[in-house]
Amino acid sequence: MENQNQDLKFVIVGHVDHGKSTLIGRLLYDTNSLPPDKMEEIKKTSEELGRVVEFAFIMDNLQEEREQGITIDTAQTFFRTPKRQYVIIDAPGHVEFVKNMLTGASLAEAAILIVDAAEGVKEQTKRHSYLLSLLGIKQVIVVVNKMDLVDYKEEVFDKIKGELTEFLANLNVQPKLFIPIAALKGDNVAKRSDNMKWYSGQTVLSALDDLEDLEQARDQGLILPVQEIYKLEEKRYVLGRVEAGEIKPGQTIKVLPSGQTTVVKTVEKFQQENLTQAQSGENIGLTTVDPLFIERGNVLCENGKEPLVKTEFSANLFWLSHEPLAKDEPLIVKIATQESIGEVIEIKKRFDSSTMEILEQNAGKLQFLEAAEVTIKAKKPLALAEFSELAELGKFVLIKNDNVVAGGIVAELKNN
Amino acid sequence: MLLYILGMDRLTKLENESIYIIREAWSQFKKVAMLWSIGKDSTSLLWLCRKAFFGKIPFPVMHLDTTYKFPEIYEFRDKYAKEWGLNLIVAKNDESIAAGMGPDKGTKLQCCNELKTDNLKKAIAKHGFRALYLAIRRDEHGIRAKERFFSPRDDSFQWNYKDQPPELWDQYKTKAKDEEHLRIHPMLSWREIDIWEYIRRENIPMVSLYFAKNGKRYRSIGCAPCCNPIDSQADTLDKIVEELKASPTSERAGRAQDKENAYTMQKLRSLGYM
Repeated sequence: MENQNQDLKFVIVGHVDHGKSTLIGRLLYDTNSLPPDKMEEIKKTSEELGRVVEFAFIMDNLQEEREQGITIDTAQTFFRTPKRQYVIIDAPGHVEFVKNMLTGASLAEAAILIVDAAEGVKEQTKRHSYLLSLLGIKQVIVVVNKMDLVDYKEEVFDKIKGELTEFLANLNVQPKLFIPIAALKGDNVAKRSDNMKWYSGQTVLSALDDLEDLEQARDQGLILPVQEIYKLEEKRYVLGRVEAGEIKPGQTIKVLPSGQTTVVKTVEKFQQENLTQAQSGENIGLTTVDPLFIERGNVLCENGKEPLVKTEFSANLFWLSHEPLAKDEPLIVKIATQESIGEVIEIKKRFDSSTMEILEQNAGKLQFLEAAEVTIKAKKPLALAEFSELAELGKFVLIKNDNVVAGGIVAELKNN
Repeated sequence: MLLYILGMDRLTKLENESIYIIREAWSQFKKVAMLWSIGKDSTSLLWLCRKAFFGKIPFPVMHLDTTYKFPEIYEFRDKYAKEWGLNLIVAKNDESIAAGMGPDKGTKLQCCNELKTDNLKKAIAKHGFRALYLAIRRDEHGIRAKERFFSPRDDSFQWNYKDQPPELWDQYKTKAKDEEHLRIHPMLSWREIDIWEYIRRENIPMVSLYFAKNGKRYRSIGCAPCCNPIDSQADTLDKIVEELKASPTSERAGRAQDKENAYTMQKLRSLGYM
């Protein structure tokens, strides 16, 4: 169905130099999304650096990026097909910039994983695959790029497809499809390639058009993490975004972690003081019938459908800091608007995030770019959910010295 | 944001993303201000701030006045500051202005740097703001596409674009000790066309310079000497939206700053330019 008011955000990930930026350039070029003055500027800068016209310069705008020919930070751009609008999130492939890749990818609803046909599956191909699974991105398209460098041979494509299918299956990632392409020349990007008669599947553009809009949050009870209290004249607004379910005037709500209940008086937006309801994704202000004490970090929910409140939980963690994590060191845990001092009290298994090989059981430290199964203990009780059940209360970051040092998801919660 | 109502249209999604960020920054920092250039983007941001706080913005709105703005801009500013009950701060770099700095003296880079960036530095020092809201968008310029929603500037005002903090999901950078302030960018995901469609949907008042008179209109406004109008017959919001949908050139094509060198914008931004 055509819907020009909808958009879909997807990220392009993969190993450095496997052609992410070139694919973006090609997608924009083939959908006539490049302003002529931008193309002019790219031609000029390419000439100054003594190169042929570099599609990569569309996204690589930092001087260092262009001179060194690498993507340092994530960026976004747009194009449209007759079906819908797209936001492309470019993510750097270099190992040093993984935090920038995560920043971009955490906003995506779908992903294209790109692999160089000549080089095959490399370290970052695998690490990015792991991160897609950590981020819970379900819609993945794999493109095998630079097919022109391997004479468009089907065997090369099949070999990479076989290898990656097996690796992704272990991460619980099921790619929608594999497409052989040559982004620089445009084969199978917008137009079917005459060089690969053996391939009769979708092009990149038609595969994107076949992706689904993100499904609606399933039938869940209300979840509203409190952002702030705002007093205006006589009113005391509880500000926040509905993350699941819906909220209505007259509804009884429970405040976590205290467990106190109250009744919603009004649900409001600017110049809309008497909304009959608000749903997930909407930012509102609400007032309550009782002057109950509510503060930032409380989670409003529905009686009988409340998430678990716990201080200890199992999690999958990805360590982003050059300084290693030490077991038991003090950190800050942030889940939605909840924040507590906490620590990793157990590192059950430590993994190489590229090979997914177990490096150590019962570890004492976690190094840069390692993944782990851990137990976290927080000082304050936190409202939690398993990531697969309710993402908003199942994903968290760890903060140390005011910096985000890890991202993680709540793995399993036992009601004990 | 991964959960939203199926079928929420793009403008509604963008509005909700912006309001969430506006409230989040205010909650974290309290000592904040919004930079209002009176252009279409920052006037839309101002509108979003009004929506986030039920019509009463709980922080100052600051205009960095180079004194070279169009008269229509000053008129619009004073009218709506009053009508919307804004706590308006007008900041000028009096020293530089007294010394005659202007677009004809020195390079564009120097002029922007003194009348905008240095001006901002002085204003921040004077008022002690911890965070500033800016209406920049990723689609304006390749360098701006690299920005974060919460973007730190160090004590010498530098943007360390080579090592930006990660932003996972909706968890943003909170202040670190050695940093001067954070730039908050609630409208990063908006495009030029989204802005105009939103202005039309919300009926947000706009400076008259954007509407065609005698076959010319401004697509981007700033200081009068450095902005060139484009040929256009678009004298209504509907016509502007139609014109943009048909237009292949990018918005800043008429801006002098971007023309000197491909990396002028990067240099300006790393020095603290908006």
